[in-house]
Amino acid sequence: MNNGNPPKEPDRPKGPNENDPTQRGEESLPVPQGDPGEVIDVRRGMFGARNGGDTSGYGGLVRTVRLPGATPRPYGGWFDEVADELEGALEEQGLDPEQVIERTVVDRGELTFHIAREHLPRTARILRDDPALRFELCTGVSGVHYPGDQGRELHAVYHLRSITHNRLIRMEVSAPDADPHVPSIVDIYPTNDWHERETYDFFGLIFDGHPALTRIIMPDDWQGFPQRKDYPLGGIPVEYKGAQIPAPDQRRSYT
Amino acid sequence: MSTTHAPAGIRETTEGTVYDVTGGDWDELAAHAAKSDDERIIVNMGPQHPSTHGVLRLILEIDGETVTEARCGIGYLHTGIEKNLEYRTWTQGTTFVTRMDYLTPFFNETAYCLGVERLLGIEDEVPDRANVIRVLLMELNRLSSHLVAIATGGMELGATTVMIFGFRDRELVLDLFELITGLRMNHAYIRPGGLSQDIPPGTVDALREFIKKMRKNLPEYDALATGNPVFKARLQDIGYLDLAGCMALGATGPILRSAGLPHDLRKAQPYCGYDTYDFDVPTVDTCDSYGRFLVRLEEMRQSLRIIEQCVDRLEPGPVMVEDKKIAWPAQLALGPDGLGNSLDHIKNIMGTSMEALIHHFKLVTEGFRVPPGEAYAAVESPKGELGVHVVSDGGTRPYRVHFRDPSFTNLQSMAAMCEGGQVADVIVAVASIDPVMGGVDR
Repeated sequence: MNNGNPPKEPDRPKGPNENDPTQRGEESLPVPQGDPGEVIDVRRGMFGARNGGDTSGYGGLVRTVRLPGATPRPYGGWFDEVADELEGALEEQGLDPEQVIERTVVDRGELTFHIAREHLPRTARILRDDPALRFELCTGVSGVHYPGDQGRELHAVYHLRSITHNRLIRMEVSAPDADPHVPSIVDIYPTNDWHERETYDFFGLIFDGHPALTRIIMPDDWQGFPQRKDYPLGGIPVEYKGAQIPAPDQRRSYT
Repeated sequence: MSTTHAPAGIRETTEGTVYDVTGGDWDELAAHAAKSDDERIIVNMGPQHPSTHGVLRLILEIDGETVTEARCGIGYLHTGIEKNLEYRTWTQGTTFVTRMDYLTPFFNETAYCLGVERLLGIEDEVPDRANVIRVLLMELNRLSSHLVAIATGGMELGATTVMIFGFRDRELVLDLFELITGLRMNHAYIRPGGLSQDIPPGTVDALREFIKKMRKNLPEYDALATGNPVFKARLQDIGYLDLAGCMALGATGPILRSAGLPHDLRKAQPYCGYDTYDFDVPTVDTCDSYGRFLVRLEEMRQSLRIIEQCVDRLEPGPVMVEDKKIAWPAQLALGPDGLGNSLDHIKNIMGTSMEALIHHFKLVTEGFRVPPGEAYAAVESPKGELGVHVVSDGGTRPYRVHFRDPSFTNLQSMAAMCEGGQVADVIVAVASIDPVMGGVDR
């Protein structure tokens, strides 16, 4: 889902209403609150691999995988203070907070700001420099690949620590597979130099403005980006009586 | 070999002459190099295995004895652990993460398990005894890691006595690890929800014996090195990185504390009940290698204090969460053929309870499901902030696990510490960073 459009419901198997769990006994289901979350995948069946007939009876299962969605105010504790300060500082710089912060998620006691990628450097600078925010320490960037999250396949996740205020927040930006560009924040947090190279190395996210974006862990001439979910694992075809041992991502597994 | 090639070991490239030091005649190489009046040469230090840091390659541009530019080549120890984790259950993940920074296995395991526990929402349900043992093992591990840092650092200076002493005392810690977990390294002992098993009988006595020995041994490092003029001359003002540099480069741990900032996650964001222990965070304000040595030495004394408090706190109790949907089904027991599932458990699942057998099978082969979402857990490892970013898609296997290894981040500051200094001081500076390439490359 993109830019706040309502998440598109995955196609459910069509059938008579009495067989549809969403139509039956609706009053007994918990009432969905606010944003139902970010759909990252729709899984079918139970065992992943689809090579061969399904004799388990679980083949018809359809499960939508959602990450926790936007949280309405108040966020609780110091989260509101940080959000207020950030929004205020963005406005001071002439930016519309609603355009910059796509979504704010509070989950498991952690605060996440989903930032529009074009506004990442300015937001990071505010988070670092504003005396009320003062996130001096960036713990690097972690890439995540969600091939099922249309238009937002590649995520870059930054954890920022404020030693002054003893706080930790998460900043998340996304880029589509077709245009894997995210602005670099090396000039704001020089520590991200190697971290951005690592994320580029494994996910193919191109950090625009990085002084020397080259592979860091994998060999220089490596093809492809190994941590992407669609990267073929290969494996070693061990043959035994005509059977081949499949690569780990081709095996039956609990999904 | 074809005769049209240049003499072995010397190649002309667009970047200038490259001397290949593998093979070739050294006299010939030296004579060739002396012919050009350019003092500026680029030296590849490595890829080699300096002490126990792992395989690291330093690329130094030197002008005479002065390092004008320094760069690191890393990746030689990359084993794809983060990718591998995505094809194993959440519990099996501990066997992978323990191998990342192989000198701090318990920190890797604890950080990973804290992340998984946060995703599961069972942070508060981990039993007290499990937390005390986690703290105990982490502090023992801090001792062994710092001992290696000091020992190999000493050896790189030629101070082999420091090395012998360090490894002698580390052996005492590894003996305790072996007693408690069965393994000297790569333990996979800390599991999501608690521990894989309880500590064996006799551990408390062994710990008390160890504390007594270490109380005697730790001052020896002081006597050997702290006031030693040669040691001080080699370390003081070398590898200088001040607070501003630390913050910009994200350096944490002893490097940050040697710049005077008492930042320690055990105090700032306590986990595993660290807020209930009595200990100090040592700092110095020298910003150099000598300061880092002093910080490590004092941290070892503080660790010993914490270990003492842990031993006093070990109350009998469970070491795994009560939730049978998460807790490993069998407690291990020592049988005539070694450590394995306890006979009582085997008797129960094979003889009396079909449901228990199904449960055991499901939990061991399939694992437990973790609700979708992401979490970040961080612990203060001997090297600095060890952070784990875990993402779940609701399945029985991690969707993504990323380790923010402190060695990886701290090694970046190598250039800032070495440039402008002498070649010989590069070794001292790198040793004071204490990078472990297993953690850097993962």
